[in-house]
Amino acid sequence: MSDVKAQMAGTVLEVLVTEGQAVEEGQDLVCLESMKMQMFLQAEQGGTVSAVKVGAGDFVNEGDTLIVLA
Amino acid sequence: MTTTPAAPAAEPLSLNDRLARIAAGGAPKYHEAAARAGKLFVRERLRLLLDEGSFLEEGAFANCDAPDLPADGVVTGVGRIHGRTVCVMANDSTVKAGSWGSRTVEKILRIQETAIRLRVPMLYLVDSAGARITDQVEMFPGRRGAGRIFHNQVRMSGFVPQACLLFGPSAAGGAYIPAFCDVVVMVEGNASAYLGSPRMAEMVIGEKVSLEEMGGARMHCSVSGVGDVLVKTEPEAIEWLRRYLAFFPQNFDGIPGNVPAVPPKAGKEIADIIPRNQNQPFDMQQVIERLVDEGSWLEIKKLFAGELLTGLARIGGQPVGILANQSRVKGGVLFTDSSDKGARFITLCDAFNIPLLFLADVPGFMIGSAVERSGIIRHGAKFISAMASAQVPKISVIVRKAYGAGLYAMAGPAFEPDICLALPTAKIAVMGPEAAVNAVYANKIAELPEDQREAYVAEKRAEYERDIDLYRLASEMVIDGVVPPEHLRDELCARLAACRSRVTDDLPKRRPVTPV
Repeated sequence: MSDVKAQMAGTVLEVLVTEGQAVEEGQDLVCLESMKMQMFLQAEQGGTVSAVKVGAGDFVNEGDTLIVLA
Repeated sequence: MTTTPAAPAAEPLSLNDRLARIAAGGAPKYHEAAARAGKLFVRERLRLLLDEGSFLEEGAFANCDAPDLPADGVVTGVGRIHGRTVCVMANDSTVKAGSWGSRTVEKILRIQETAIRLRVPMLYLVDSAGARITDQVEMFPGRRGAGRIFHNQVRMSGFVPQACLLFGPSAAGGAYIPAFCDVVVMVEGNASAYLGSPRMAEMVIGEKVSLEEMGGARMHCSVSGVGDVLVKTEPEAIEWLRRYLAFFPQNFDGIPGNVPAVPPKAGKEIADIIPRNQNQPFDMQQVIERLVDEGSWLEIKKLFAGELLTGLARIGGQPVGILANQSRVKGGVLFTDSSDKGARFITLCDAFNIPLLFLADVPGFMIGSAVERSGIIRHGAKFISAMASAQVPKISVIVRKAYGAGLYAMAGPAFEPDICLALPTAKIAVMGPEAAVNAVYANKIAELPEDQREAYVAEKRAEYERDIDLYRLASEMVIDGVVPPEHLRDELCARLAACRSRVTDDLPKRRPVTPV
């Protein structure tokens, strides 16, 4: 299991994966917007998306878990 | 007065025996344990660090009547690196775990005093368990106790370069040796620094934590910022320090030397690296590669606050300290840690006459309640204060965006850079167009019928873009020039040479009261 966490406070622009989806290492999972910059959060390892904790438009704080990979 | 004759000694040691004992360090079992941990013997470390045959030892006979304390656990002396004199102290962890007795401390004080007299760099090769509690009255509290080492370090800061290679523990008071150095290299797995050991933490505050987690090299280089450079092996640490010192003069009064120019590494053109969309991240490292002499980039604090890159490099053979915003990490936004990182790097370069180059692509300082609570204002002020008070040449290049106080931190026009240049991709403003239109016209937008809002916002954004148009700023002489990206390196090369003689007048004062 690994948690994909927000690097900084911001708004979720788009969630690019769905629960149960297989992902590869380096694949973009979530696009976060903060300070008018777009940031893609990537999978540090391959696996399956076991939980999506956020949706587009949600405000997240630094360190919040956005996606759980199994 | 009668004297009692001393008990007849065993065979007195000959000078050669004494010399051999000093050279051998601690008992073989401690050498073996060190070797298993990937540690080199202290004399081997010095052999790798210093030019061949250049080491002149001081105080080798300290505590020489104690068979288990050769050199009293520290080797000190004068040597050369790249032909230039340096002073060095190096703990011997095979002798009582490198702990400090009274003579250990005295030796360290004397070599520091030598560095002050000779005005040469002072290097600390640290691998020490800390104070010998049994010797505390002689080595801890007094005028020439361990505190004096730190007092000297503080006095020497900015006078001569001071660098620390951390090969093992640096415990309790000893942890301040790296803290007072200009730069700290840590060997992963072996180096650690902490005020109280995990055992003490468990006893005193009830925390259960591993040494690596609490005071390990990786933690210090990526989280606390006590370490600047993380390396895998001791020879790598030593090689790094030799490269680093080549950028520095011997002391504050010297000018760092030039070396023959080397062309930059071939690769993608700068114009192709920077995306048209201001909000899209790109790798600033690639821009740096196009600007600096190949192989010269020596990054400092690579693992810490990656949204701001800091490092030494050469452009056309000339030394330069670079600060560059990295939009790939946290969008290049400045946080408290990146502010500290920038401030610290500027003071390092300013202290030793290394010109500064700022490559700006910064959306500003982070906002929001979390960073306000952690003091983003005073951390940002620290960065800006260090930059504004730096007296070395400062060149500012607006690579892409420079918004808000981000422009200030990156040596914007108000801070007397020698020159502020822009690439055609530059955008300078209080804030980006999206945020600005919203800030100014929020009420007006809300009043409009919904089907008219989008067109209105688009029109206002276009208006805003025209207002901050780069050539308008150039025409108003806000910036000093716009440079085609393919000419930037040549331009910087010439500009660096031209501003070398910069003199900045400071106002009379005892010292500034700096933000922290």
